[in-house]
Amino acid sequence: MTDQDSKSWPEPRMDHGPLSELADARASRRQFIKGVIASGAVASSAGFMYGCSREEIAATGGGVETMLRLNVNGQMRTVDVLPNETLAMTLRYKLNLTGTKLGCDRGECGACTVLIDDVSTYSCSTLTHQVRARAITTIEGVEGADGTLHPVQQAMIDELGPQCGFCTPGQIMTAVALLRSNPNPTRDEARLALSGNLCRCGAYDHYLNSVMRAAEMA
Amino acid sequence: MSKDMMAGFELLQPDTLEGAIDLLGQYGDEGWALAGGNDSFDWFKDRVKRPRYVVDLTGLSELKGIRETEGGGIEIGALTTLSEIETNTLVQNRFGVLAEAARRVASPQIRNTGTLGGNLAQDARCWYYRYGVDCYRAGGDTCYADSPEGQNREHCLWGADRCVAVSPSDTAPALVALDATMVIAGPGGERVVPAEEFFIGPEIDIERMTVLERGDVLTAVRIPGDWAGATFYFEKVADRNTWDFALVNIASAMVVEGGNISRIRMAAGAVQCVPRRLSVVEQVVTGQPKSEATATLAGQSSIRGATALNYNHFKIPLLQNLVTRAIRDA
Repeated sequence: MTDQDSKSWPEPRMDHGPLSELADARASRRQFIKGVIASGAVASSAGFMYGCSREEIAATGGGVETMLRLNVNGQMRTVDVLPNETLAMTLRYKLNLTGTKLGCDRGECGACTVLIDDVSTYSCSTLTHQVRARAITTIEGVEGADGTLHPVQQAMIDELGPQCGFCTPGQIMTAVALLRSNPNPTRDEARLALSGNLCRCGAYDHYLNSVMRAAEMA
Repeated sequence: MSKDMMAGFELLQPDTLEGAIDLLGQYGDEGWALAGGNDSFDWFKDRVKRPRYVVDLTGLSELKGIRETEGGGIEIGALTTLSEIETNTLVQNRFGVLAEAARRVASPQIRNTGTLGGNLAQDARCWYYRYGVDCYRAGGDTCYADSPEGQNREHCLWGADRCVAVSPSDTAPALVALDATMVIAGPGGERVVPAEEFFIGPEIDIERMTVLERGDVLTAVRIPGDWAGATFYFEKVADRNTWDFALVNIASAMVVEGGNISRIRMAAGAVQCVPRRLSVVEQVVTGQPKSEATATLAGQSSIRGATALNYNHFKIPLLQNLVTRAIRDA
């Protein structure tokens, strides 16, 4: 028994159901998980998204989850991913990176924009399985390791870029991609680059001001 | 919550073209070829089309890239993204009309994953069809758009034949103007089809927009050197300057010698189910001076025979003006 096997944190409270026996046994966390998997009582994380059980998902024809190791914001994250799962769904509902927004889920608004190998992409219109070998950057990964805001983020604050803020993560990701490939864009080049991000509040001019300021600052 | 996700499917990710064709042949009507996904996911998310097996082509690196060919032409792999085409110096310098067309497709993010093959093979965008109703194109027996109350402002001026949807592609008319050929791989081997014959209208097969059948994969587009460095014109008119499909677009390749138009190829998109080769315009202007008078005559000749639907009359003067510009302002 290693140190990790001894109990050092409270067990989750489970008063009923197939898991309660295992919980009551006061098994170690590792043994607990092994037992749960062995008993087949594990709820597929896709059950949350589908609103049904793992068996129902498999019965729809090949909804089998696969364990992937994704490179997200410089970290390797292990996650179970369905074949038909979009990157936006994986980021938001399995990796808890909810900074990436779902505005339309149809590739028509840009709120879900992330970077794939530094290229701006609608995460709602990409299957996670299509990008499993690539470097994914989300809004959560744009600030520095010590928490310093990226010039684009700082410029958005200084220039009052966002109004409601919902389109902002997408706008920032697009702006970051722009400045990585073209550090000194003209306002028209910035306008063209951001033409794949809608803003229902109409703060487009503010966003352009922010991008131009960020280009100056960086 | 279940409506938020596409219906389940098995995802196959072959790494060779041969493997992809085998899989598509194996699964037949239950299979689906996926590239960038900008067309496919709309169908899947609305649950109108629900293939059981999706074959992801994006791992086929042999279908990516732009390379020179003999005689000053180029060959573009079908999986090359629109962004790559837009920014490629070979394309910009020799065949600028294609770079310009690629630049006008949708939005930057869509161009980053959208492929040339996908843009050419994309399905019609008639909103009735996309909604999933049982129209002729969907295998049913009616057309909602071509009806007295049908909202058909985006639909065709020519070629109505139980379907009035239009060719939505921006790169298609550019490639017709460039006299390109499409290379198709299928279970029977490889074949090469001229761009004009690649696109088909409802009179040939109402359920397809191109000659691609189930199991075929468009692998490359070849552009001959014939029009390299010519005088090009591309313009797309749409409701917004981004995202929207064309209401009308125009692409032309023209060689001007001594002030006269010695040869020209011109095609218009979004006015017919296929990119419409404007042969009448070409005949009218060949040998004529590149002038305002020629341009006006060209515009007038381009709209002969156009039949408006209830809501798309504006497309007629719009096409006329674009043709005029293509001659005068190129």
